[in-house]
Amino acid sequence: MGIADVTFYAFAVVIVTSALLVVTARNPVHSVLWLILCFLSAAGMFVLLGAEFMAMLLIIVYVGAVAVLFLFVVMMLDIDFAALKGEMARYFPIASLVGLVLLMQLALLYGSWAQAEGALGLRQAVTPDLAEVHNTKALGLILYDQYFILFQLSGLILLVAMIGAILLTLRTRANVKRQDVVAQMHRDPARAMELKDVKPGQGL
Amino acid sequence: MVGLEHYLTVAAALFVIGIFGIFLNRKNVIVILMSIELMLLSVNINLVAFSSFLGDLVGQVFTMFVLTVAAAEAAIGLAIIVCFFRTRGTIDVEDVNVMKG
Repeated sequence: MGIADVTFYAFAVVIVTSALLVVTARNPVHSVLWLILCFLSAAGMFVLLGAEFMAMLLIIVYVGAVAVLFLFVVMMLDIDFAALKGEMARYFPIASLVGLVLLMQLALLYGSWAQAEGALGLRQAVTPDLAEVHNTKALGLILYDQYFILFQLSGLILLVAMIGAILLTLRTRANVKRQDVVAQMHRDPARAMELKDVKPGQGL
Repeated sequence: MVGLEHYLTVAAALFVIGIFGIFLNRKNVIVILMSIELMLLSVNINLVAFSSFLGDLVGQVFTMFVLTVAAAEAAIGLAIIVCFFRTRGTIDVEDVNVMKG
């Protein structure tokens, strides 16, 4: 067993264990931290597979953005997690039943799985030799050429998600003093001050 | 020698754990969202494993698109959770019956 195999098994064990801890941890903050460990090990597995750009992307997007977003939300909301966890034992039998059935179905699938005859001839973009073009450049050459429309559409998805998230969480409080820029810009110096001729002994 | 089947087994285990987590945490939407992220990660492992062993880069390109959709979904989902928590004071999924649907 070579060093690559040992590394694969180490990453595999860490991925599965941390994933199990994500779904069973009592404290959701711990869940998020296990999720981060799971993503990091998956990134290591991607490096083993020779997809180093995807590994870096996984770390940047998942660990750097998504997991931190989860962490923020878990810490921001004042939730009584003990009450939510209390019912976990009730759902355990049905959850393990569904999991076991699904696992057996996947095992059946893997038992009878075979590669088609002409599968290698149907490849859309054959991976170039690593000595000529490295992974990131090869991906960029495909992404910005063959899959440009999909790339643009995924940008649109991110834009819609960003606008939606801002719109959903934005709230204007009534009792907070704010700067009214339009009112400031339309302020007329001539009407800003009014001179009154105050008669002695009368007042305004 | 580690082959394609080993990677597929890890991905299958991860997917099943994701499903298991959704059923186990019926009340906690945040952990349900994390389980969905785990399932998407298992799909990504499958795509990259096939891409690597068959020598086709398209799998990695589509991993990127799955990643994009996963990030967008997490942002929107968490925004909905924050919004829901403000109005109801809880994130229990079984309380989501305002519209009596």
